[in-house]
Amino acid sequence: METAMPELSRDPLQFPETIVSDRSMAENLTGNWRSLRPVIDAARCTGCLICWKFCPEACVKLTDKVPLIDLAYCKGCGICVRECPPKAMSQQGEAGL
Amino acid sequence: MTEGNGRVPTDIVKRAIKPSVPSSELMTPGHLACQGCAATLSMRYALKGLGSETVLVIPACCWTVLAGPAPRSAVGVPLLHAPFAAAAATACGVKAGLRARGDQTTQVVAWAGDGGTFDIGLQSLSGAAERNEDIIYVCYDNEAYMNTGIQRSGGTPAHAWTMTTPGSSGSDLPKKDLDAILRAHHIPYMATATVAYPEDMVRKFSKARQIKGFRFIHILSPCPPGWKTEPDQTVRLSRLAVQTGLFMVYEVEQGKMRLSVPVPKRKPVGEYLAGQGRFKNFTPADVEAVQKSVDESWARLADEKA
Repeated sequence: METAMPELSRDPLQFPETIVSDRSMAENLTGNWRSLRPVIDAARCTGCLICWKFCPEACVKLTDKVPLIDLAYCKGCGICVRECPPKAMSQQGEAGL
Repeated sequence: MTEGNGRVPTDIVKRAIKPSVPSSELMTPGHLACQGCAATLSMRYALKGLGSETVLVIPACCWTVLAGPAPRSAVGVPLLHAPFAAAAATACGVKAGLRARGDQTTQVVAWAGDGGTFDIGLQSLSGAAERNEDIIYVCYDNEAYMNTGIQRSGGTPAHAWTMTTPGSSGSDLPKKDLDAILRAHHIPYMATATVAYPEDMVRKFSKARQIKGFRFIHILSPCPPGWKTEPDQTVRLSRLAVQTGLFMVYEVEQGKMRLSVPVPKRKPVGEYLAGQGRFKNFTPADVEAVQKSVDESWARLADEKA
């Protein structure tokens, strides 16, 4: 059985068919890497944004006061908890939640 | 809390306290970095400073992997993967190509680890610096070949544990003074930065963007698996490296050096070394030796200024 070679839409010498990444890694939810969940005590939060600034996942959302951590991505590194100046954050084991 | 499928919305809410670094995010969550990775923090700050009109050229390093497999990417700018030894050369080629197409504004940035800068990429880096090519070269220095499993590089401090320098004493070879090598090329702009000082890093990237010619930025990037530390220590260690005087944060413009983060009273280096598993075999004499070399380099700096 003969199969014809698929025809290229364009001359490959003039237009090389390179792969261009046009999708975002935000499709990749990394929340299940986490074993410790950061929890913000809203009463003690001063809204200073240190947790937003130092998040390696860029998954802390700016709000008007208490930041919102996107748990779909948070890997639970705990940098926000350690750096929080008023100590308004704590880590809780995911297993108990 | 948005558990589940939510992406982080990018809309900016009006708030009482203004963020000290730009709120635009070009790096997406979902990337493949280890927990507490400073290389991702560095990229996040760098892109805040550089803006979206940027092309990244990345040789073999951690960022090769953690930007994600095609057709996905964790950075909102074009990214070209380059051979290990050729980050600077590839960036020069991209710049020449853009110029040929009449694009004068897009900033080409080579983004390499310490292996691809101190060791394998040094000749192409030196060549580009010598020709004063119009690119920014960034070295995020995690002080070993972390991507391939913690082998010693020219950026590894003396006696630090790595997979290729096991045993109690590690390698005698000191960290290569890359900044001195770059300064000897008399480039228009070079700077050092680290993740504990985001405002400083963002400022340096946006400043570098305005300058023509070869620009070099050296970032100290703590690596929890490679340094054998807890992931939450990343920013603390980065800050301690500066406060103990081990890592000087400065910029050099037209040969003139200026400290960006002055350290009037240095903490003892033991505080920085103590928390890290890679230094766990250090004897008090080793710590003393590190303290001595730090004191000497600050004395040299004072002499230079005098």
